[in-house]
Amino acid sequence: MTVKDIAEILGAEVVCREDLLDTTVELAFGSDMMSDVLAFVKEQAVLLTGLVNPQVIRTAEMIDMPCIIFVRGKRPDEKMIEMAQERDMVILCSQLSMFTACGKLYEKGLKGGLAR
Amino acid sequence: MTDSIKLHYIVPGDDFTRAGAASGDVKRNLKTLGISPAVIRNVSIAMYEGEINMVIHAGGGEIDVEITETEIIMTLADKGPGIENVELAMKEGYSTAPDNVRSLGFGAGMGLPNIKKYTDEFEIDTEVGVGTTLRLKVYIQ
Repeated sequence: MTVKDIAEILGAEVVCREDLLDTTVELAFGSDMMSDVLAFVKEQAVLLTGLVNPQVIRTAEMIDMPCIIFVRGKRPDEKMIEMAQERDMVILCSQLSMFTACGKLYEKGLKGGLAR
Repeated sequence: MTDSIKLHYIVPGDDFTRAGAASGDVKRNLKTLGISPAVIRNVSIAMYEGEINMVIHAGGGEIDVEITETEIIMTLADKGPGIENVELAMKEGYSTAPDNVRSLGFGAGMGLPNIKKYTDEFEIDTEVGVGTTLRLKVYIQ
């Protein structure tokens, strides 16, 4: 599915890099713990998180994640949005809870991005 | 690439928001050199975890990176409190990070295990009250 599909499935707002909505993704990982993201995620997964700080963007950067989805109505600040823009990442904001957001995406065919 | 490339970074200890800046820079350098994505990923994760550790535990530190034709060598040195029990610190899930660090998304006790997991050579030299130095190597295949 594409990042655009994800935005539609979640009814999420596209916060930045609308130009990259056609990026294809097959895997996702949901966590508020960035250490676990670094430990377990396969490449090219999208990240669902309710954590909002610059280290979320850095973590995604280190493993080449194309898209971050903030759940539970969380919003990144301007600085974070700028960082994501520079790193070619789409940011989506969803009002849904982590569980519901993951469930909806899983139902539509997105798989878990666990490396082991 | 006949000569090795050397990079040096000072990691400030008081600014959590900037932690990872050095790792991001190394990552961009490796990309420019045409190093394979798998190697870049290993280096990025290991160094980023090390950088985060420096900020959380040690009040900052210094990182040297050397890129040769065959390997990437990272030396992360801090003058922090040192690690009392390295064996414990290497266990997944063991953490001495304060609660406020957990609320930032770290401190799950995955730092050192992650660094070891993503590197080909891992050496830790630590002394309580003196500091910690990590010597890491990732081979370029």
